[in-house]
Amino acid sequence: MSTPLISLRGVTKTYGSGQAAFQALRGVSFDIAAGEFVAVMGPSGSGKSTVMNILGCLDVPSSGEYVFEGEQVERLDRTQRALLRRHCLGFVFQGFNLLARTTALENVELPLLYRGLPLAERHAQARAALALVGLTGWEHHTPAELSGGQQQRVAIARAIVTQPTLLLADEPTGNLDSERSVEIMQLLTDLNRAHGITVLMVTHEPDMAAWASRTLRFADGLVSHDSAREAAP
Amino acid sequence: MFWNALLLALREIRRNLLRASLTVLGIVIGVAAVITMVTLGNGATALITAQVASLGSNIVIVRPGQRMSPGQPAGWAPAFKEEDADAILDNVLAVREVAASAQRGSTVSYMTESTFTPVIGTLPNYLDVGSWKLAEGRFFHEGEQRAGRAVCVLGESVRAALFARGSPLGEKVRFRGVACEVIGVLAPKGQSALGQDQDDMLLMPLKSYQRRVAGRRSRQDVGTLLLAVREGQSTERVVREVADLMRERRGIAPNEADNFSVFDTRQISDALSSTTRVLTTLLGAVAAVSLLVGGIGIMNIMLVSVTERTREIGTRLAIGALEREVLMQFLVEAVALSSFGGLLGIALALVASFALTNLLHLPFVLDLQIMLLAFLVSAGIGVLFGFVPARRAARLDPIEALRHE
Repeated sequence: MSTPLISLRGVTKTYGSGQAAFQALRGVSFDIAAGEFVAVMGPSGSGKSTVMNILGCLDVPSSGEYVFEGEQVERLDRTQRALLRRHCLGFVFQGFNLLARTTALENVELPLLYRGLPLAERHAQARAALALVGLTGWEHHTPAELSGGQQQRVAIARAIVTQPTLLLADEPTGNLDSERSVEIMQLLTDLNRAHGITVLMVTHEPDMAAWASRTLRFADGLVSHDSAREAAP
Repeated sequence: MFWNALLLALREIRRNLLRASLTVLGIVIGVAAVITMVTLGNGATALITAQVASLGSNIVIVRPGQRMSPGQPAGWAPAFKEEDADAILDNVLAVREVAASAQRGSTVSYMTESTFTPVIGTLPNYLDVGSWKLAEGRFFHEGEQRAGRAVCVLGESVRAALFARGSPLGEKVRFRGVACEVIGVLAPKGQSALGQDQDDMLLMPLKSYQRRVAGRRSRQDVGTLLLAVREGQSTERVVREVADLMRERRGIAPNEADNFSVFDTRQISDALSSTTRVLTTLLGAVAAVSLLVGGIGIMNIMLVSVTERTREIGTRLAIGALEREVLMQFLVEAVALSSFGGLLGIALALVASFALTNLLHLPFVLDLQIMLLAFLVSAGIGVLFGFVPARRAARLDPIEALRHE
């Protein structure tokens, strides 16, 4: 078996200290191989958001280790983690988090701007990403002029425009009706299958989790159920 | 990185154009106020310099009594004699001409009109030494001076008071029982630097003045000596030499103070300009306070903007923006705002000072240095007051920021 893309070993996360200390993660270990489509489920407070923040390099574990493509993330400083996000990660948020009064094209090219790409290349790649999510012709519309589903597509385009190794989606369909949700899930599945992007998705809805190839269930700061382990005991 | 930050900042300003323009209003007004004040001050200084120059550029004035302010009576100090004028001409080589004059206020009348004006007895060289020009007629000549003829030349204000219509030439004006024929009118000079009407006077030959106008006791006295200094000679040296000569002639002991005063026109000009310079600095300083207020306004809006855009900053950090890139973006945004305000302020100042100098009849003196300075200061204000909000934005925790509603 090849080395996994992501490897978590005994990861804990404690917020606060002393009496008020709260342990959000109590020793989480799992691997994710490149090309997987993983759904992360669990009630609120189960630690799934914390683990997403750690996987997204926005936060560091209190103890344990997190290896991303052979890189020990807990040893990186803020700037190094930002660079890791810039080059390897893509984020899709529940609330889309697009810049208001800014065109779809400008929103999508934003990560490329931080990568320091010249204008022509930025525009070409952003257009390609928008075409991939089916928004050709909407490049110059601002979020206010787009539907919720379209806004989330723009957000996905922004996340994949850098061709990330890992796409982290935090309840991507949370703000959408079921029809739009299916469209988004279809899109994520395509990206996973056709473009080999590893996708990690937090969701509350079993319908959405069903699209994934593997489900991780969290409860009380631990992984309570892993569909991969069940299949191959 | 800088160009990226500039691009992001400009996009941000474009997204919120109305707010941006209101934010920079303080800077616009501050810069405009500073530049307008300085421009008006420079105009006033230029005007004073020009007026003093209208006295003649290389003139030395000698008066009895201390203090050089015009209009102050000579008091107890003994007057000069005509011989003093000759002595200066003989002993101080740098002096080309000496126009001695004596004066006495008097009511001058023509038909039913009358006006109170200084009657000045002087020599034919007064016209040249005092840089006067004739509007019409002629000045009196040496023969008339020696003969003590009753002829006179009017200042423009006196002419206007007595001869509303028609030419005064050949008419006879009366004062102190003298009927005096008008032979010329001076071209107007306007107000002096101290607000005196320089055209309010009547000139006549010194001999005629001494014989007919001066009191019995002061018949030989002259008041002011106007010295024309030769081209290329230092007026300061003339002032020193004349002072030494006068001390000797007036028998002043070494430990006694002068009972006369000698000064050149540059000294008057310097004294007056330094006054306006102090005023200009003061007004400029007051205006600069409004620049400070403008800077605080920018900081305020930038802080609000950071709070308002917390989620956006979180998103930027999540997709890989570095702390220093976010810092740079907000800093550049503040500097772009304040520099833009500075440019608008300069434009406004140009319009305002052009209008005001016209209104106040001051010369319009452009000072590029103060404009450059104002622009740099406004950009500096952007850095100064933009730094705190920018640092706050850069230090946001991405997780907290993304959660922010």
